Amino acid sequence: MNHRIDPVVMRPDLLVIAELIETGEKVLDLGCGDGTLLRHLIDARQITGRGIELSEEGVLACVRKGLSVRQGNLHEGLGDYPDGSFDTVVLSQTLPFLNDPEFIVREMLRVGRRSIVSFANWGHWRCRISLLFTGRAPVASDLPHPWYAAPRARPLTVRDFGDYCERCGIRLTAQIYLAGSRRIPVRRDKNLRSTTAVVELK
Amino acid sequence: MDAVKPAKSVGLVQRQYFTFAEDEPMPLDSGESLAPITQAYETYGELNEEHSNAILIEHALSGDAHAAGYHSSQDPKPGWWDECIGPGKAFDTDRYFVVCSNVIGGCQGSTGPSSINPGTGRPYGLSFPVVTIGDMVRAQRHLMDYLEIDEILAIVGGSMGGMQVLQWAVTYPQRVRAALPLAATARHSPMLIAFSEVGRQAIYADPNWNGGDYYFGQPRPNTGLALARMIGNITYLSDESMKQKFGRRLQGRERFGYDFDTDFAIESYLRYKGHQFTERFDANSYLYVTKALDYFDLSNDYDSLMDALSRTAHIMYLVVSFTSDWLYPTYHSKELVSALTAVGADVTYTDLQSTWGHDAFLLEVETMTALISDFLGRVVAEHNVPLPVVPHGQVSVTGDEADGAGDSSPSETGGGSQ
Repeated sequence: MNHRIDPVVMRPDLLVIAELIETGEKVLDLGCGDGTLLRHLIDARQITGRGIELSEEGVLACVRKGLSVRQGNLHEGLGDYPDGSFDTVVLSQTLPFLNDPEFIVREMLRVGRRSIVSFANWGHWRCRISLLFTGRAPVASDLPHPWYAAPRARPLTVRDFGDYCERCGIRLTAQIYLAGSRRIPVRRDKNLRSTTAVVELK
Repeated sequence: MDAVKPAKSVGLVQRQYFTFAEDEPMPLDSGESLAPITQAYETYGELNEEHSNAILIEHALSGDAHAAGYHSSQDPKPGWWDECIGPGKAFDTDRYFVVCSNVIGGCQGSTGPSSINPGTGRPYGLSFPVVTIGDMVRAQRHLMDYLEIDEILAIVGGSMGGMQVLQWAVTYPQRVRAALPLAATARHSPMLIAFSEVGRQAIYADPNWNGGDYYFGQPRPNTGLALARMIGNITYLSDESMKQKFGRRLQGRERFGYDFDTDFAIESYLRYKGHQFTERFDANSYLYVTKALDYFDLSNDYDSLMDALSRTAHIMYLVVSFTSDWLYPTYHSKELVSALTAVGADVTYTDLQSTWGHDAFLLEVETMTALISDFLGRVVAEHNVPLPVVPHGQVSVTGDEADGAGDSSPSETGGGSQ
């Protein structure tokens, strides 16, 4: 099948996720969209991939790319997978849209040996300035999704997510922070400087 | 022949017959047995040298072996799934060897209640043993043996065809590479049994039915059979599709008749479909085949659905349901997909938006063509199936280039939902 994805056009957080995944892994991509990440991982890392995707359009695009994907929402879909049936479960740029993020993250950790989550950071300095000086609710630069558009997104910051993991005893085993497509050093100011976080959870 | 062969058709085809169990009767789920057994079948395309490119098509309740092409140049219409079977179509006959056979218990060439019982020299009638989906599949396995197809690349079917697909997977897992149950279920629901029973009651209530004995020139139980079909036809449509197709339009009159002739277009449609059905279907077969549906539960011989499907985890599945199908609602397919996921099978599932109701699996041609050909492409790649080289000048087209047949009306053909 010649559906090879050109890494140049891939979303920066997906490139980071792809680097974290090792050859031959079994990967479940939640909200896999048109299957770009899975297709790339199959070609570049020879993984065995599965996807769950809500939209018919996304599912058909995935099938066109030669992927194995289930249509449905994550709440009803994840429960079917046995414990530890994947090496890695991926949730990319989907976290703010979940009805019950806590449940999904718990399920991810049950189904996968590890999980990788990427999310847009509303703690970025531009978001802060936007609220402070313009009085408008900030729009995350890596998730240009206005407050009135469906599905509804729930803003979160790098610090929020870190607090949550600490409270639940979830270990952050890898952290990569992006400002646009550029990686920034993991320092105290990461919440201020990053537009997207990619974290590995166990 | 090319003169009568429309573009992308398999052209003229012939029904063939295979008879087995002449010496040794085939045991049935009921405990009875049947001998001999004839199966009517048709094939399209060429079997490759390795015998690895076969696709088995399973028909629905009222379907038959004639899935594609034309029986003669005067044939007014092609086989029931012609839109999906042919050169460059979803089941591309330039690449695959496609087989379709009529179920036992049916009446279109395979052994059923209207066949002659060799023991008595008379048609079986109700002395024909009750058969199950499992029996249909077991009989078909003999046909596959005869055709020297050990491993079937893909088995596909909608509605009752989908049940045979699942039964194949569970009964002969090692012979199936990919399974495509469409608008189907892993177990017939009480509502489905209820509709079956009302259809059968319509036939029993026809005095011409005569306890199933009407094969000797007597009038046939056409009123009962037509009524059964009318009920069936309602269940294959949807509220929305009836609104779109018929609305409250009157048929052949300007105003209400205030009588009991046909007023509305939908009434006329149902009467026409009911009558048309009696010309090609046997009332006793309707009883037998609906009974086979009612008995269907994939977990019948197992502890659970998961237990049944656990032996099929190596099979690649494409499960499709349709949003407006209220006969086999989406939850049936979701239950199947959940069980397949739990046993670790490679399952692709989609719930396609459609207003066509249960008939959608035959009518959403454009989407189905893309979906099926993409999925089969992956099955072929994964199993390294060598495919025949497409003849010069004929390029296989993919779904989005397939000619639009999306404006088809609910199955006029023997494809027959359910």
